[in-house]
Amino acid sequence: MLTETDRAAHLQTTLGSAELRQDFPILDQEIRGNPLIYLDNAATTQKPRSVLKAIRDYYENDNSNVHRGIHALSQRATEAYEGARERAAAFINASRSEEIVFTRGTTEGINLVAQSWGRVNLKPGDKILLTEMEHHSNIVPWQLLAEQIGVELVYLPITGEDGMLDLNRLDEFLSRDVKVFAMTHISNTLGTINPVAWLCQRARRQGIVTVVDAAQSAGHSPLDVQAIGCDFLAFSGHKMCAPTGIGVLYGRKDLLEAMPPYQGGGEMILSVDFHKTTFKRPPLKFEAGTPNIAGAIGLKAAMDYIDTLGREAIFEHDCDLGRYAYQQFSQLDGIRLYGPVQERAGLLSFLLTDVHAHDLVTATDQKGLALRGGHHCNQPLMRKLGIESTARVSGYFYNTRKEIDQAVEIVNAVQRFFSG
Amino acid sequence: MFDELSDLYQEVILDHSRSPRNFHKMEGANHTAKGHNPLCGDEITLYLLMDENDVIQDVSFEGAGCAISKASASLLTSALKGKSKQEVKELFDKVHAMVTNGETDSEEMGKLAVFAGVHKFPARVKCAILPWHAVIAAMEGEKQEVTTE
Repeated sequence: MLTETDRAAHLQTTLGSAELRQDFPILDQEIRGNPLIYLDNAATTQKPRSVLKAIRDYYENDNSNVHRGIHALSQRATEAYEGARERAAAFINASRSEEIVFTRGTTEGINLVAQSWGRVNLKPGDKILLTEMEHHSNIVPWQLLAEQIGVELVYLPITGEDGMLDLNRLDEFLSRDVKVFAMTHISNTLGTINPVAWLCQRARRQGIVTVVDAAQSAGHSPLDVQAIGCDFLAFSGHKMCAPTGIGVLYGRKDLLEAMPPYQGGGEMILSVDFHKTTFKRPPLKFEAGTPNIAGAIGLKAAMDYIDTLGREAIFEHDCDLGRYAYQQFSQLDGIRLYGPVQERAGLLSFLLTDVHAHDLVTATDQKGLALRGGHHCNQPLMRKLGIESTARVSGYFYNTRKEIDQAVEIVNAVQRFFSG
Repeated sequence: MFDELSDLYQEVILDHSRSPRNFHKMEGANHTAKGHNPLCGDEITLYLLMDENDVIQDVSFEGAGCAISKASASLLTSALKGKSKQEVKELFDKVHAMVTNGETDSEEMGKLAVFAGVHKFPARVKCAILPWHAVIAAMEGEKQEVTTE
């Protein structure tokens, strides 16, 4: 028997190992004669064989529609789909699987909250509190709502280039008019890890409903909705080893019960008359139409895979990559790094004095290094920082410190190319 | 180390991106348009002074962008002085064909031919063509900002 410490140590050495990378066939390829160095995981992560196999097995053996069929395949598909819901509930420690709504991803989850909860619970003059580091997906749905019903958006500021929320000003923003506070757990541009449990606790004290955007944290760190104490939490499967087009919205039972449907259609009704329809209870009430069954099954396999590695260990590994990247990249001349120095997630945004982010990413791609360059769906944040775009390195548990070293070397070579 | 890259970033492009020509706001411009690339947030503004016969007397630009869009704007300003609206439109079509499929008559295109390499980098075609969209919009007097989308 391994002790807990031994086990953790074993996992630590497993993460990033050649053995583990064999689970990800896509990583084993060359781009223009150079081994692929995939450091764009904040955009999307790669998928392990077990996830690909689960999807394939489903289509080869059990494919059918869910919830309606009497035949064997439909029963199997329904069991697998609902099994994925139970798995997702356990994954984020929700107290019941009825609190898990399957969505297309984080974006749809937040849109659902804004439209379904927001439209009936907010009134003109109310305020929605966001932060200055939100992704467009946690800004635009609220702007649409604001236009529809006349509410106002307010933003908790960040402190500067180190990209921390200005927590000293929280009280001033948690005013009486704020009815909902939507915040990101981990910033996709800055790498900041926000104290969401603390923020939700402060908001809750004033009766403010809280929404957590967990897109960048769900696959990288332990996640416990009861410990966080949030009312809603949304994340995407594809940023945590699952396929695209599947995500989860967690909603507190009493809130979901009181919300009107988001979309109408099949699967979500009890009975339909020409003029009147009665709806199922949550979560099915919010899942109109045939859902992404294979996606949910893939998501379950991804959660199983991630938990085999251990999310504590993944968090350690990814944060180590982030800190290491900060340290190594900071040694380049003419580079500006964004986000916190120490307490950071496994991603790093930077800007070179002499090379535009787009030129940099085109150039690194020549060497097989996949980075992201652009505004990262964070335009308001970019404007606040006084820049148009950054380049971003984002790692996952299959990446290594050696790949960070190689990335630094390639970026340095690009600098030399452009400085002539 | 970067052989392919030198096809894209030719010396002329690097030179114009480092020291762009006609890179200033033009007081007294009678046509102007903004070009915006939503992909990266880059924005350039084109200024034109056109005479009563729709011939470009002066052209300048300002804004931020990558090496490709900056060099493209810079070389565009150098190429367009003295050209009529119709000639600019014809040139636009040729530039567009060149950056998307690499076809070019280098004699006719002059310095603009350095952008032929862009077609091998499909993700960067928008960067090269952005200033050209802006100049067309400016000539047409469109008020709206043009985007690469």
